[in-house]
Amino acid sequence: MVTLELDRVEARYGRKIIYYSATVPPISGGTLTALVGPNAAGKSTLFRRIAGQLGGGGRVIFGGADLSDLRYMPQDTGMNAALTVYESIILALKQGQGGWSLRTEELEAVQSVLTRLQIADLAGRQLAELSGGQRQLVSMAQTLVSRPKVLLMDEPTSALDLFRQHEVIDALRDYVAETGAVAILALHDLNQVMRTCTTTIAVAGGQVVASGPTLEVLTPSLIRQLYGVDARVEACSRGCPMMIVDGAAA
Amino acid sequence: MSDLTQPMPRESAFSYHRLVLRRLFVLSGLTVLLCLSVAIDVSLGPARYALPDVVRTVLFPSEAALQMRVVVWDIRMPIALLAVTVGGCLSLAGAQMQTILANPLASPFTLGLSAAASFGAALAMVLGVALVPAALALMVPINAFAMAMVAALLIFALSGMRGVTTETIVLLGIALVFTFNAALALLQYFASEQALAAVVFWTMGSLTKATWGKVAVTALILAVCTPLFARRAWALTAIRLGEVRAAAMGVPVRRLRLETLLLVSLLAAVPVSFVGTIGFIGIVGPHIARLLLGEDQRFFLPGSILSGALILSATSVLSKAILPGAVLPIGIITALVGVPFFATLIFTHGRRQW
Repeated sequence: MVTLELDRVEARYGRKIIYYSATVPPISGGTLTALVGPNAAGKSTLFRRIAGQLGGGGRVIFGGADLSDLRYMPQDTGMNAALTVYESIILALKQGQGGWSLRTEELEAVQSVLTRLQIADLAGRQLAELSGGQRQLVSMAQTLVSRPKVLLMDEPTSALDLFRQHEVIDALRDYVAETGAVAILALHDLNQVMRTCTTTIAVAGGQVVASGPTLEVLTPSLIRQLYGVDARVEACSRGCPMMIVDGAAA
Repeated sequence: MSDLTQPMPRESAFSYHRLVLRRLFVLSGLTVLLCLSVAIDVSLGPARYALPDVVRTVLFPSEAALQMRVVVWDIRMPIALLAVTVGGCLSLAGAQMQTILANPLASPFTLGLSAAASFGAALAMVLGVALVPAALALMVPINAFAMAMVAALLIFALSGMRGVTTETIVLLGIALVFTFNAALALLQYFASEQALAAVVFWTMGSLTKATWGKVAVTALILAVCTPLFARRAWALTAIRLGEVRAAAMGVPVRRLRLETLLLVSLLAAVPVSFVGTIGFIGIVGPHIARLLLGEDQRFFLPGSILSGALILSATSVLSKAILPGAVLPIGIITALVGVPFFATLIFTHGRRQW
């Protein structure tokens, strides 16, 4: 089982400090973790700091993995290169490796991720021809193909229809359950978070304001603090927790 | 998702193999065309020799008549081969500039390297100023090289600064083009008629002053830079998915961009200093390669070199063939012939690349 812990982590863009002291107790792999917070709360910054793209003090502690086992899926899906989907996934797999030739197991890894995300029919298509949702799926395939032990995904389902959101989240849950990987997903849909993520980290203004089991973190008072709205968490007719937003907080 | 719409798992790998084979076929085709073009280039000229005789002279020089050997080996071969190496260098430079700057217009010309070289050459021709102490005969190419490197190093230094985006670099390149063109115009304004003619001829680009030494130097630069790019093939391809995504894949984007700019500066500055301003190859060569082969650098890299070499070699043939007995400046022909060819490729492919 892989774990990830943040110990008084700082994140800097040049001299500008975005995070001062982000601390998150160890997150265990095997289930999904959500990262929630309003726009410009610093979700992507925290991801980039964990991924080693930004500097700053503090420690990011991996258990059972190291930085080379981490893959970050950025939010931007700008893909205009003259490459086919298949080529772009091979490309993600071959980064950091020498040699131009492809081994059978590498081709099988590409095939397996295409199948897992149900996009084998896109393999021969040019990236520039894809829709926003398809790009997001390909981006996810690029992230998953090297079988990372730590996954950071920035709004991975924002461009997907309801059916695809469901399929993709299921595929991710299966993946982390199989591999024991830590997967942190920045998400805006709090109902999706409650349905799918066991653990939640909430951030605002460059601070980690709460972290822990999702239902303990996503309380009406925290939602009010984060988003400035009044909300209730109630059980639906089947007993699943649901968030109902009543409107902007007075 | 219906299972019927899903290809069988092995099908995508099979299609990919087919794609790879097709690309290898295209690369072989370009190589064959290039060999043909070089053969025709060597056989054409004021002295009319039959193609078989020329081929025999190339293969067995000791058996050929002295006059024919001199014409083929000392005059035509350097020109034909310099077209190949210069075309390859300029196209590769343009390809990697477009790659790292994420801009389809990036080339040694749009970034001001050629304008700087022209200004350097004009300094020697008009004012007799040598930027680096050198023999008189080498003053023009050395000045051109020195100024092109100044422009390249300016861009290089700027790129190394924090917070500088690819757009800033392209804008600075355009500013350099205007600055050096204005400086060149000023020199031309004060130049004697003779010097003015020399400058104008130089800026049109010409292969006629080719020597084996120039062929060797440009070939050496190509031979040094190509493997260095080849080693970075996966990272360079990834950079075309965007900086953020490439960084997320573990590509050291900033370092890669600086290393590439340094190599590209050499690739562009040396040929330009030898042959003058040969426009267009740095832009069109890579675009043709991209249209035919995509942007996987394993194919795009050799494809760019081959397409650039082929265009310049074919242009060299045309520059001799259009007006029998005269060799038109090659820089003019590249643009006149290249543009319609390029437009045809764009419209027949009709897919969005940038």
